[in-house]
Amino acid sequence: MPTYKLFVNGEHVSVDAPADMPLLWVLRDLLGITGPKYGCGIGACRACTSHLNGKEIQPCVVPIADCANKHITTIEGLADGETLHPVQQAWLEEDVPQCGFCQPGQIMATAALLKTNKNPSDADIDAIANVCRCGTYCRIRKAIKKAAQA
Amino acid sequence: MTERATADKHTDTNAGTTRRRFVTFLIAAPTLTVAGRWLGEGTARAQIANVSTPEVDLAAALQPEVDAVSPLMRLRVTEDNRVVFEAPRAEVGQGISTAVAMLIAEDIDARLVDVDMPHSNARPELGAAQLTGASTTMRNMWGPARRLAADARARLVTAAAERWGLNADSLTTRDTHVFAPDGRSTSYGSLAVDASKVAVPAVSPLPKPVSEHTLVGTPTPRIDGKELITGRATYTLDVDVPGALPTVVARPPTIGGTVTAIDNAAQVRAMPGVVAVVEIPTGVAVVATTFHHAQQARAALSVSWGPGPIADLSDADIRGRLQNATDPLLAPSLLQSTVDGEFDFAFVNHGPVETNCAIADVRADSAEVWVASKIPPIAQTVVATGIGLPQNAVTVHPIRGGGSFGRKLYPDAALEAARISQRIGDPVKLLWTRDDDVKHGRMRPASHHKMRFLLTGDIVDSFENRSAAVQLDMDVTPFSVVIDTSIELPTSGASFYHATQATPYKFGTTTKTLNEVQLDVPTAFWRSVYSGHNRAAEEIMVDRLASRLRKDPMRFRIDMASNADAVEVLRQLKSRGNWGRSLPSGWAQGVGFHTEYNAHIGCLAEIDATNPDAPRVMRTVIVVDMGLVVNPAGAEAQFQGSVIDGIATILLAGNHITNGAVVESSYADFTWAKQASSPLEFEAHFLNTGRETGGAGELAVPAAAAAVANAYARATGTFPSQFPINF
Ligand code: FES
Ligand code: FES
Repeated sequence: MPTYKLFVNGEHVSVDAPADMPLLWVLRDLLGITGPKYGCGIGACRACTSHLNGKEIQPCVVPIADCANKHITTIEGLADGETLHPVQQAWLEEDVPQCGFCQPGQIMATAALLKTNKNPSDADIDAIANVCRCGTYCRIRKAIKKAAQA
Repeated sequence: MTERATADKHTDTNAGTTRRRFVTFLIAAPTLTVAGRWLGEGTARAQIANVSTPEVDLAAALQPEVDAVSPLMRLRVTEDNRVVFEAPRAEVGQGISTAVAMLIAEDIDARLVDVDMPHSNARPELGAAQLTGASTTMRNMWGPARRLAADARARLVTAAAERWGLNADSLTTRDTHVFAPDGRSTSYGSLAVDASKVAVPAVSPLPKPVSEHTLVGTPTPRIDGKELITGRATYTLDVDVPGALPTVVARPPTIGGTVTAIDNAAQVRAMPGVVAVVEIPTGVAVVATTFHHAQQARAALSVSWGPGPIADLSDADIRGRLQNATDPLLAPSLLQSTVDGEFDFAFVNHGPVETNCAIADVRADSAEVWVASKIPPIAQTVVATGIGLPQNAVTVHPIRGGGSFGRKLYPDAALEAARISQRIGDPVKLLWTRDDDVKHGRMRPASHHKMRFLLTGDIVDSFENRSAAVQLDMDVTPFSVVIDTSIELPTSGASFYHATQATPYKFGTTTKTLNEVQLDVPTAFWRSVYSGHNRAAEEIMVDRLASRLRKDPMRFRIDMASNADAVEVLRQLKSRGNWGRSLPSGWAQGVGFHTEYNAHIGCLAEIDATNPDAPRVMRTVIVVDMGLVVNPAGAEAQFQGSVIDGIATILLAGNHITNGAVVESSYADFTWAKQASSPLEFEAHFLNTGRETGGAGELAVPAAAAAVANAYARATGTFPSQFPINF
């Protein structure tokens, strides 16, 4: 089984895993990083959304082989120590989560979006395809706008 | 209204119960632990009105038992100044842990951040107190939580008075501390041991009057917000149970299909990472070292399957059966005219983002289960029965749920996980993959509704609702957790329908029946149960009736609503929602109204249906009278979610059945509402006409569904009757 070196949330790790093993299960089952959630395994729900070299990915459909020597950020690594990321801060202020299960993905998708789009329009926000079964979309929209101002 | 008056009113609601008095008492414990006790006169068993008459209030029916078992609830103060309440009801996203913590913080005078709300393990002796459902929690916990907290506060004050040699009446409390007039203060934690020895409190142990509340009633963010946004919140599959092996189950192509043979078990067992392949009643379990290996092995399995019990049925057959199952409508007399409607609703999966899952560790004579369960004692019973252990040998640890909407009333995954763990002799963590969850998970029963108004001229003589639905699975009813067998509770879908479905208008003689069609599909309570389709359909009929009478639908509801509080909600909705404002062509407003859970709610939706195949609800306004609202921010969140439920179930998402199998398999085809389908504007306005706290979790679903359907109908000039519309 190949060995892969990764930088996960700022730390060097090395894992033995089959090349086609999705990053989600590497994170959850091998590294014990459980912030990214399983909701579908096929890139449809986006509950697992994380960053690969700063860009949004769905780790359930990205094989570990594509992550070698790259930087992976999960929801656990978004804050700067105890200082929340502005997106998390906005989420807290808008009291967004209900069950919370989709929220790591929602937050990571927003954090990625704001890197390239400082002032997302309603249409840009509508393009975020993360499912929230609890229906927190109105508060997510407000929180995104608040985070964009931060 | 004072607290006493409220408490008395609560008691009075429970028709036929003897008047009871609540006292709290002390449990021998090293730090302060209080529990409540009901002193009953005469029989301790409650009698309630027969539920076969409509409009039975389930929260009121359960209240005597929740009160009666409150001696067994545990509130403790720890030496490190934490106020810890072992929550009997489950947090699945509805925000009850925050709202109950607010009740406790209010009456113990603690900072909200000092209150912890761990879930209580399954404790069958808690009876109805461990049934999280029917939007009862804030109503059922209002009394017990406040009384426990107030009693604990009284003991802390008494302990401080003794320590300082001061009169207890001179002391005050706030922010998890006791204060003396001379400026001294001490934390509750420092008093926890002494307070545990206080036999009789020297100050009143009763909750404060509502007029003195400073926290309850104010919009308050979730107490667990930070955990939820940092990835630290622990859901079932995040629990670290050492040695628990990732497990998935190969399931039949049809609902309820059976394993005929596993053709290549040995080959699959030899695959890398695979630990075991075992047959269970619902399929073939594959246990491995990671979920990746488990899924790969499952994909490699070759199983011969026998057909499930409805393998010869598809949607059209089921719809036909439902249509044939409704009772006939009354024929009009010669002088009468009719307004008729027929409606079909598809099956709908609950679709929580967290799929069914559980961890189980079954040993020879004991078992432990970790699962998001809204009724942990039922999970305990079902697991115990399934693996042949006595109930008290099974420990159920309820875990935070990643959404429920009714799904987590059912311990399907816990039972499977326990069976697999028993078979292989190791702990397992079981994941239902999304396709498992959509194809084999429980659904809201499909339904058909025939409705008729009979009119003489413009006078409404009668309203008839003849409905049929696929049978609601009540094999294990949520109410089986209730200890007091004299409380009459629904035992079938039909009796649940009759207990809950009321039409809040003056429509003359109102008759409704629900006939259930027996069909072997996994059905379930689904947020708001029958109200979500049955009452939504009735509200569509109200619009049709208004149209026949050439009345404005909002004005017509105001005229026909059956009581003054409902009229007030509708009036406020009309003005605050700006009913009748001018909108672009292809857009329209719609209204829906509903009364249940001791509350009235109106929803106004504005839809852009310029493209009828891709309508978008642009704006929704809610006006609600649910009495005293413990946490308006939490209630608002429930209404926002319910509006999305209304949008999804009316416009977008349902499940098809073809040849005995659910067609959909993920969110790609089970097209639940996403951001692009959610309203850009949302408002909720709370009225309080003085009623007691109402239930919020399910209340808005029927009103929102109806508002969306009525808005769509008005925008498109059509009469939608099959839901979801774009299916
Ligand atoms: S689990 Fe990755 S997108 Fe759904
Ligand atoms: S908060 Fe529950 S799924 Fe989004």
